[in-house]
Amino acid sequence: MLDKNGIAKRIARELKNGYYVNLGIGIPTLVANYVPEGIKVVFQSENGMLGMGPFPFEGEEQADLINAGKQTVTILPGGSFFDSATSFAMIRGRHVDLTILGAMEVTDTGDIANWKVPGKMVKGMGGAMDLVASAENIIVTMMHTDKAGNSKLLKKCTLPLTGVNCVKKIVTELCVMDVTPDGFKLLERAPGVTVEEIKSKTQGRLIVEGEIPEMVV
Amino acid sequence: MDKTVKNAEEAIQGIKDGMTLMVGGFGLCGIPENSIAALVKSGVKNLTCISNNAGVDDFGLGLLLKNRQIKKMISSYVGENAEFERQMLSGELEVELIPQGTLAERSRATAAGIPAFYTPAGYGTEVANGKEIRDFEGKMYLLEHAFKVDFAIIKAWKGDPQGNLVFRATTRNFNMPMAGAGRITIAEVEELVPEGALDPEQIHTPGIFIKRIFEGKNYEKRIEQRTVRKNG
Repeated sequence: MLDKNGIAKRIARELKNGYYVNLGIGIPTLVANYVPEGIKVVFQSENGMLGMGPFPFEGEEQADLINAGKQTVTILPGGSFFDSATSFAMIRGRHVDLTILGAMEVTDTGDIANWKVPGKMVKGMGGAMDLVASAENIIVTMMHTDKAGNSKLLKKCTLPLTGVNCVKKIVTELCVMDVTPDGFKLLERAPGVTVEEIKSKTQGRLIVEGEIPEMVV
Repeated sequence: MDKTVKNAEEAIQGIKDGMTLMVGGFGLCGIPENSIAALVKSGVKNLTCISNNAGVDDFGLGLLLKNRQIKKMISSYVGENAEFERQMLSGELEVELIPQGTLAERSRATAAGIPAFYTPAGYGTEVANGKEIRDFEGKMYLLEHAFKVDFAIIKAWKGDPQGNLVFRATTRNFNMPMAGAGRITIAEVEELVPEGALDPEQIHTPGIFIKRIFEGKNYEKRIEQRTVRKNG
């Protein structure tokens, strides 16, 4: 089973040289810590920055320089600042190569829900709806089940949708899957996890073809 | 042309009960602190505020919320404000949540004289309810409209009497698309410099979009999430 950093590390292997990447809040943010050697990517923060760098050293933080999670950050050489309309022109115009974001529920047709739990949590969708409606390549990171053990990889979302038919790949603590026209296609198992466990925790259609390799993290 | 006004109190002259305001900033980054303080003091109420976020309990638009001066919020993300959540869940506050890119483009469209546009954000979700949906080359889009705004209030780093503006870092956010979106757009700046002091090559927002400008004071510039790494 993977922990949060393990998930981030595995997702980082999907990065390709020259990619512009938008990272969501939470586990996706950790992906920036595991960019593979020899690969250069540029992180976009939708509040208006390309070339987002690490957190500032203590005492160097600036109120005017934050990421979309409102955390103080730095900007790397070659980076740029811009306004929110320009930022979403980059996103809608498909100039951002990869979007990595968290989810509460995903379906075997690539629908995603991650912004609202009616009656409980209403924080808003932020930029998530724009990102999932436009991105060509979306990787979702999430826990396979909720705290009660119920699958979050479903036939149909129970929560209000963020986008439809958009998720391409999912990395959970248990496995890596592609979303295909026939359902979730199991690609890799996390260390120590069996195909049976993944099957039992996946409610949506799951395709298991041949031997499923254990992932290299 | 000199659009300078003395202070925030003078800048917000004409903002009346029931009006629709647009307020720049992202989280607490680049918010018009002086104008918000003046609005609190003025006691104007039943406002509709269009702003990406709603501040925190004791800063930013949260101050107007706490004072019950806002009737309706139009935002994309409102997660950091307990009083907001309380007012929303109890029905005291009307809330319209819209995708961030749609909010930015609707702001820009308002300033740019574009009445409506199509965007894919929100297709297949409750955001699409009641909206025209159209297929362009096999992809589905929603028709989204410009806003109607009485006053837009934005904040920049430097400005001149003509209203030309220069921003720092990620404070451009919604301040730039909202410039010119109100019948009257107010800009507050940290430093008001004389005409000619700003390099025309380096101006981010041309002064034509701005009706009133003033130099604010005592900027707190509060940080919402102070995140640092250890030295060495």
